Amino acid sequence: MADEDDIILSELNDDELVLQMHDDLYDGLKEEIEEGVNILLERGWAPYDVLTKALVAGMTIVGADFRDGILFVPEVLLAANAMKAGMAILKPLLAETGAPRMGKMVIGTVKGDIHDIGKNLVGMMMEGAGFEVLDLGINNSVEKYLEALEAEKPDILGMSALLTTTMPYMKVVIDTMKEKGMREEYIVLVGGAPLNEEFGKAIGADGYCRDAAVAVEMAKSMVARKHNTM
Amino acid sequence: MTEPDDSTLTERGLPPQGGRVLLLACGALAHEVLAIRRAGGWDHLDLHCLPAKLHLWPDRIPAEVEKAVTAARDQYARIFVLYADCGTGGQLQATCDRLGVEMIAGPHCYSFFEGNDHFARIAEDEITAFYLTDFLTRQFDAFVWRPMGFDKHPELIPMMFGHYTKLVYQAQTDDPDLDARAQQAAARLGLAYERRFTGYGDLAPFITQAAKDPA
Repeated sequence: MADEDDIILSELNDDELVLQMHDDLYDGLKEEIEEGVNILLERGWAPYDVLTKALVAGMTIVGADFRDGILFVPEVLLAANAMKAGMAILKPLLAETGAPRMGKMVIGTVKGDIHDIGKNLVGMMMEGAGFEVLDLGINNSVEKYLEALEAEKPDILGMSALLTTTMPYMKVVIDTMKEKGMREEYIVLVGGAPLNEEFGKAIGADGYCRDAAVAVEMAKSMVARKHNTM
Repeated sequence: MTEPDDSTLTERGLPPQGGRVLLLACGALAHEVLAIRRAGGWDHLDLHCLPAKLHLWPDRIPAEVEKAVTAARDQYARIFVLYADCGTGGQLQATCDRLGVEMIAGPHCYSFFEGNDHFARIAEDEITAFYLTDFLTRQFDAFVWRPMGFDKHPELIPMMFGHYTKLVYQAQTDDPDLDARAQQAAARLGLAYERRFTGYGDLAPFITQAAKDPA
């Protein structure tokens, strides 16, 4: 996308800078994103606006092009790295300035599975959308999930799997939640390359998320619905 | 027939040559299937390979298999699919069931080369293992290194392979050159190395069964 080596970010007006940051995010340019974030903050932008208008909006373009087969995993990872660097600057400021809180999510890759690229992307985009995210990492047993649910009392449990052999473990977790009478307390979202909507329904999840953008949208609407019924 | 080259098998696959029973396979299995066919003298088995690189988009495999089965159906007495689940989450099995064609069992070729039963037993102890077969060892750059962007962005290696601890080379043949290349691949990924001779595993009995099918 962007190929303008001589662009001086600080000389761009706000609108141009935000668009340039979308390009830089697309190209995975970490230092440029950090610089852009700092410039917008110096210009008096609220941290939440920098996050949503520059970073999340840019990453949404990356996500859409990944879904459409234009970008591949390496490019998405580089973009995610750049966004992460921008978020690292914003995170402490967001806490200070009281950005809107959408809800809380516990997320982790299931037992027997060490793949976490998709999970990490979802976690980052959820944070970007205003959710508090507790990441359990990889290879999580049902006990570990339940322990985290009881300790953290999140709105959402997110489970991820990359392998056909490990995805059935999601049902083990959901069935155990049912047995313990705690299933209805949580929204359960699942995702991962070999999953599909049918599988999500079959195991009793509330939603199957084909990518991070879908996860964010689904989480927002389900949490809003949950809060409205309380 | 002359042995197809690996780049062609990765990018384009292998067109059918003619026969009574069709083996519709992943390009990554072509050499092994041809070797088994040769050993059995089963000239009535035809081989059509889809491009091995389809594995980079597992969700496309069921549709491509369906297209190939549908196109070949009238020309063969029976069709057998030499793909395991291959990350399709059961979708390929569902497609094969709907089309009425048999596919080889297992989650992926690493499992059926090892033998599905044995692989299932060791899988839990090997969740941090990354597998290469003969084909993948030969095509490591085309299949892993370049598509993962490691040639341009080596900083991605820990992001993608950070949780892996060892590379297991499942050798279908005894080839010191492949052993050395697999070992080198492990070093490039920063993983420990293990070579394990598997031969053709469950692939051989599946093809034998296809060859003896009364069709």
